[in-house]
Amino acid sequence: MKRFVAASALSLVALASATPAALAGKADDTLNIVWERELENVDSYFNTAREGIIVSRMTWDALLYRDPATMEYKPLIAKSYKWVDDTTLEFELNEGLTFHNGEELDADDVVFTYNWVADPANGVKTQRNVSWIKGAKKLGKYKVQVMLKAAFPAALEFVSGAVSIYPKDYYEKVGPDGMALKPVGSGPYKVTELEPGRKIVWEKFDGYMQGSPKGTPTIGKIVQRTIPERNTQIAELLSGRADWMWRVPADQADRLSSSGRVQIVNEQTFRIGYITMDASGTTGDTPLKDVRVRQAISHAIDREGIVKALVRGKSAVVDSACFPSQVGCTTEVQKYAYDPAKAKALLAEAGYPDGFSIDFYAYRNRDYAEAMAGFLGQVGIKTNFNFLKYAALRDKIRAKEVPMAFMTWGSYSINDVSAITSNFFTHGKDDLALDAEVKEYLVKGDTTVDLAVRKEAYGKALNLISEKAYWLPLWSYNTNYAFSNDVNFTPTSDEIPRFFTASWK
Amino acid sequence: MLVYTLKRLFLAFLVALTVSAITFSLTYLASDPATAMAGETASDADIEYIRTLYGFDRPITVQYLEWAGRAIQGDFGESFYFKLPVSTLLFERLPVSMILGVCAISFAIILSIPLGVLAAIRPNSFLDRMALGISVVGQAMPSFWLALLLILIFGVNLNLLPITGSETWKHFILPTIVLGYYATPAIMRLTRTGMLEVLGSDYIRTARAKGLSLPVILFKHALRNAVIPVVSLAAVQFGFMLGGSIVIESIFALHGAGYLAWESIGRNDLPVVQAVVLVFSLFYIVLTFLSDLLNAWLDPRIRVG
Repeated sequence: MKRFVAASALSLVALASATPAALAGKADDTLNIVWERELENVDSYFNTAREGIIVSRMTWDALLYRDPATMEYKPLIAKSYKWVDDTTLEFELNEGLTFHNGEELDADDVVFTYNWVADPANGVKTQRNVSWIKGAKKLGKYKVQVMLKAAFPAALEFVSGAVSIYPKDYYEKVGPDGMALKPVGSGPYKVTELEPGRKIVWEKFDGYMQGSPKGTPTIGKIVQRTIPERNTQIAELLSGRADWMWRVPADQADRLSSSGRVQIVNEQTFRIGYITMDASGTTGDTPLKDVRVRQAISHAIDREGIVKALVRGKSAVVDSACFPSQVGCTTEVQKYAYDPAKAKALLAEAGYPDGFSIDFYAYRNRDYAEAMAGFLGQVGIKTNFNFLKYAALRDKIRAKEVPMAFMTWGSYSINDVSAITSNFFTHGKDDLALDAEVKEYLVKGDTTVDLAVRKEAYGKALNLISEKAYWLPLWSYNTNYAFSNDVNFTPTSDEIPRFFTASWK
Repeated sequence: MLVYTLKRLFLAFLVALTVSAITFSLTYLASDPATAMAGETASDADIEYIRTLYGFDRPITVQYLEWAGRAIQGDFGESFYFKLPVSTLLFERLPVSMILGVCAISFAIILSIPLGVLAAIRPNSFLDRMALGISVVGQAMPSFWLALLLILIFGVNLNLLPITGSETWKHFILPTIVLGYYATPAIMRLTRTGMLEVLGSDYIRTARAKGLSLPVILFKHALRNAVIPVVSLAAVQFGFMLGGSIVIESIFALHGAGYLAWESIGRNDLPVVQAVVLVFSLFYIVLTFLSDLLNAWLDPRIRVG
């Protein structure tokens, strides 16, 4: 029997190496991409998925475009913009643009889209993308003004991203239900076939604008299929029936990379991990109320070690409660090096020389969480570890039942501190610190347009968070992209794959 | 017989109702549907907005009764997630599961009944041992592993068969083998045991004494009796294959109803979960009913009794 097993294992290896040539999509100019998630709706205002963002950037254009390399806002549908005052943005539009169905794109479409999404009655699913908009008005055929409800410096992040411009006549006629099945935009690729949740086919839009910062699309056809199982995705990639996949786990990425049959590229993402600790005692009487205990926890965990051993890729330890590229994020904060002796001393000082027991929650990366629990155990902190689904854990946190949790936050790809720090430290339901001073600084940063003032305010808030160890920021996340040797593809740190910049080798 | 049938149908209806009520409350208890729907980036305001928009703020009994009332009229509502009518989704996904289920159970029966019969003719022979081996391997090997193995061999290395999707009959070959093989051991063992018992009975000896040929004895006289418990088992297995093929549907990206139900639980897409569970429990009920009828046809004693 043993011999039989060995023989079949050998023959499997032999089979795996005797692989026929891949049936690349290059031959018929079709890029086959696969991902895991069933996208609920291609209408970018009615999904909350990252895959939805990918689809929206392919199919639609926004007024501006955030250059993923420099994070600058570049003209797209609008050829220029200016702040009239703190709550008014004015845009001059490019002339001669058209939608995929031939409809002309002018001020009417922009004004219609902004007013439509701003109206809560229309039920845009991710309200935060649009809830800052008061309305828009037409100043001329190619000139519009967008009014904000209040000063909101991060508005351009949404103007250059989430707020895609829709064709007025078409959307008025078919509504969200029609758009979900037959999407029409003005982006570099037009959707020609759609099976909700399973398949999307795009073709290059020949009428796409010249000189777009998104570039001119070169690949003729892009076919997306949903494959829930990652191993199957890899098999499709290796057999040449798929040309691109993402989120390859680190160990499989190593193996794929060494096979030489596909390219693997790793890139950081905006997502960071953190441990949230109940400093205010809202979840009940907990040792975490003592700053020395929180600092001890911060010193007890070898974040560098976990990044090297488990997270890997381009991930790096983060020390402040934001992703370093975000506007207003400073890395000049108090840092907590791995120092178990110091952690033990701090615990003793706080009156816990023998440590204590605490509930510790997580919803993803069980291995990272268990490693952290192990480090805490070494300084005497015994964790009762609970692993829950995201929605369940978030509900529990908001119900003030969670003293300590390992969470992550992707800032929905917004390159601004207001999308993370302000989200958690302005006394909302997720805030366990409830620090009035931190809140004051953050609100100041959120409502001022002056960049220097913002940076100073955010800097103070981030320093306080770090000094008082409300959070232990952990590390940035990374994604492995695997794709055919025939493809040129460059991932970006905002984790929005841009297939319109991909090309054949 | 008519009263008996009606009684059974009424009971079946109660079973379906109970199942749906339990699923409804369990999915609801697992986590807040508004939080799940709003997604990770949602703010408090977003979640509250969705909660009132979909009426999650009302008492759960009211929500359930409202759903049940419409379901009786054949309206399963709209999927929270896809914003499509649930009936559209079911119509799209059920056929895939049905085809896979029918193919897999046929594959299992075609493979296991002859093997079981052969094993019973000469117990403890080489043939019997081989059949035993096949069944032990089938029982011991996790289906996801077999699936990946077949994908590696036939999809990647030999590049003979497609491994994802459901466009042509070729797409069903690998999933059918994996899913069908899983049911093979139980059916085969049961056939073997049944056949061994029947072959040792008096009427078979009489048949032999009459000088009937072996195939006639085996298939006309013996199998007919031996196969009765197998029919019941196959019916249950078939029900399981329709609903329980989540892993297979997921690995081969078949997008069937089982996978839809599984994903919908994670997404708290209550209308879909409800509808799929109801449809599958109805399938089970119908299948057990049909297997009883089939047994009655095979065995006159059941018919008369």
